[in-house]
Amino acid sequence: METFDALMQGFAVAITPVNLLWALAGCTLGTAVGVLPGLGPALTIALLLPITFKVEATAAFILFAGIYYGAMYGGSTTSILLNTPGESATIVTALEGNRMARKGRAAAALATAAIGSFVAGTIATIGLTFLAPVVVEFALKFGPAEYFSLMVLAFVTVSAVLGSSALRGLACLFFGIWLGLIGIDLQTGQPRFTFGLVELLDGINVIVVAVGLFAVGETLYLAARHRYGNDEVIPMTGSLWMTVEDWARSWKAWLRGTFIGFPIGAMPAGGAEVPTFLSYYVEKKLSKKPEEFGHGAIEGVAGPEAANNASAAGVLVPMLTLGLPTSATAAIMLSAFQSYGINPGPLLLQNQPQLVWGLIASLYIGNVMLIVLNLPLVGLWVKILQIPAPLLYGGILVFATIGTYGISQSWIDLLLLYAIGGVGYLMRRYDFPAAPVIIGMILGPLAEQEFRRAMTINQGDPSVFLTKPLSAVLLALALAALLGPHLYRRLKR
Amino acid sequence: MNPRVPGSSKNRGPALVGAGVVVFALVVLWQTTQIPVSPLYSKVGPTIFPYMVAGGLLLLGLALIAQAWRGEWGETDADSDDQPTDRRSLGWLALGLILNVALIDALGFVIASTLLFVCTARAFGSLNWKRDLGIAVALALIAYLGFAKLLGISIGAGVLEGIL
Repeated sequence: METFDALMQGFAVAITPVNLLWALAGCTLGTAVGVLPGLGPALTIALLLPITFKVEATAAFILFAGIYYGAMYGGSTTSILLNTPGESATIVTALEGNRMARKGRAAAALATAAIGSFVAGTIATIGLTFLAPVVVEFALKFGPAEYFSLMVLAFVTVSAVLGSSALRGLACLFFGIWLGLIGIDLQTGQPRFTFGLVELLDGINVIVVAVGLFAVGETLYLAARHRYGNDEVIPMTGSLWMTVEDWARSWKAWLRGTFIGFPIGAMPAGGAEVPTFLSYYVEKKLSKKPEEFGHGAIEGVAGPEAANNASAAGVLVPMLTLGLPTSATAAIMLSAFQSYGINPGPLLLQNQPQLVWGLIASLYIGNVMLIVLNLPLVGLWVKILQIPAPLLYGGILVFATIGTYGISQSWIDLLLLYAIGGVGYLMRRYDFPAAPVIIGMILGPLAEQEFRRAMTINQGDPSVFLTKPLSAVLLALALAALLGPHLYRRLKR
Repeated sequence: MNPRVPGSSKNRGPALVGAGVVVFALVVLWQTTQIPVSPLYSKVGPTIFPYMVAGGLLLLGLALIAQAWRGEWGETDADSDDQPTDRRSLGWLALGLILNVALIDALGFVIASTLLFVCTARAFGSLNWKRDLGIAVALALIAYLGFAKLLGISIGAGVLEGIL
């Protein structure tokens, strides 16, 4: 009941007119960036980070959460109508959704995606509401050694297990950790990796890195590889009212997707790709009409879309309770917390109940706003899809400039932005994932802090990570996650 | 498309990337040795993590080279079509970015980003530069006013910004 009361207090915060407006702004902006290929929630929130200096924390996080959820809804529209998945989590949606659209059932695909997202988002937010306090109870027992080991586990899963290559993922992770190390070491006051530049003493801003990788690098890649303007937007056809058969085939898929997506998202591994693929596979197995898969089966849209949204809510569990971000967007939200001087972790719920519960309550409200924005108003978003590529990417680079130059009005930051953009281009070209860079950069310094804390407590004896049982288990899991797939492949051969 | 085979020239790009990671690791290592360590912190000092990062990157770089050499990199997105990299587009983009960095301090955000927009549009195949210029000026002004006036984020002064 305690949780319920807290949630009601959260609604009292979220339902004030000003906060409702922030939620609406976030949902609208989120849907727009989700729809636009080449823009995502991580980039958008990074560009808006400067508002943390102007706006109070609750309002800023309600805005960010709206963007985060909204982008999940918007991404499905693009996958269905354009067959260009806006982000990796909507690849599966494009598989069946685009086929449906080509058969003149675009509206039904959009409807099952939006309603499925609503159902999953709401159930998963309920899950978040009741799971978060439980995880906090557990996490309060963590010491520095346990924290460090937990971060190692998260590092391994986000970089080595998800994605196409463990080597490339880990290389990106280490690059990110290195970026995070730049600047003055807080414990000893020694400058590290500043190359004698005063500008680097405060470290590299995460805005520069996120915008460099996601906006500049992506734009360079698309221009160089001619990945633009080849896809036609399929016109909206059919009725938004799903038929009885559509409903009958969708609702179970929504629920199954939710129960696949939320737990996987809530694990320290995170990521939305695995649950969407898993959900697709499950739906294909269980479907009474498996022959329709590959030709526009509605379950193949309903399940993965639900899984995608449910895992988005799941990611917020480790983020809010442990301060452990497992996606690029969550990592950037964590840096927003830091810029308010708030440390997400087990104590966040106690110290900032207004903020956390207000945020969670606004997620319920946001889901309602989003289904309205995305179903009756879907025609508006289709218009946005028709912005010609030259104008879209010109605009993206202008906003990238403003977001970076606004930090310090220094052209050195811009130069850094373009350098990281160049790295981002090479990463895209050779299939290196970007998310581990961001996660490493934000989480790396925190991991170092916990590591040194644990070592100092034990007079520099590293065995502490293995003698504390929980820490040892976490490290063993990390090792298993790192080597498991490799061994499995060896054994199979 | 050609499958990747050990030692084939198609593996050169990935191998170079692996070599780049190794070189980067060595730079990190060299820079780490430059961090002064007080004896007080010698056991858990500011260099432990940097050494771990340098060591990790070195191993990963070597493994990447080996992987590339054996042709096990896997299909990168860029392989799936045989189009060569469009250097002309990249050139236009680079021009826009360089102009932006060079002019933003002297002429201000609005003019610099207008030029960036027009060059980017050209890189993406637009030939209608008059339309692009119009949209660019409008967008830069809206963005400037939105950030500077509405959110109060200073984005520098410049020729046009002084008038507004």
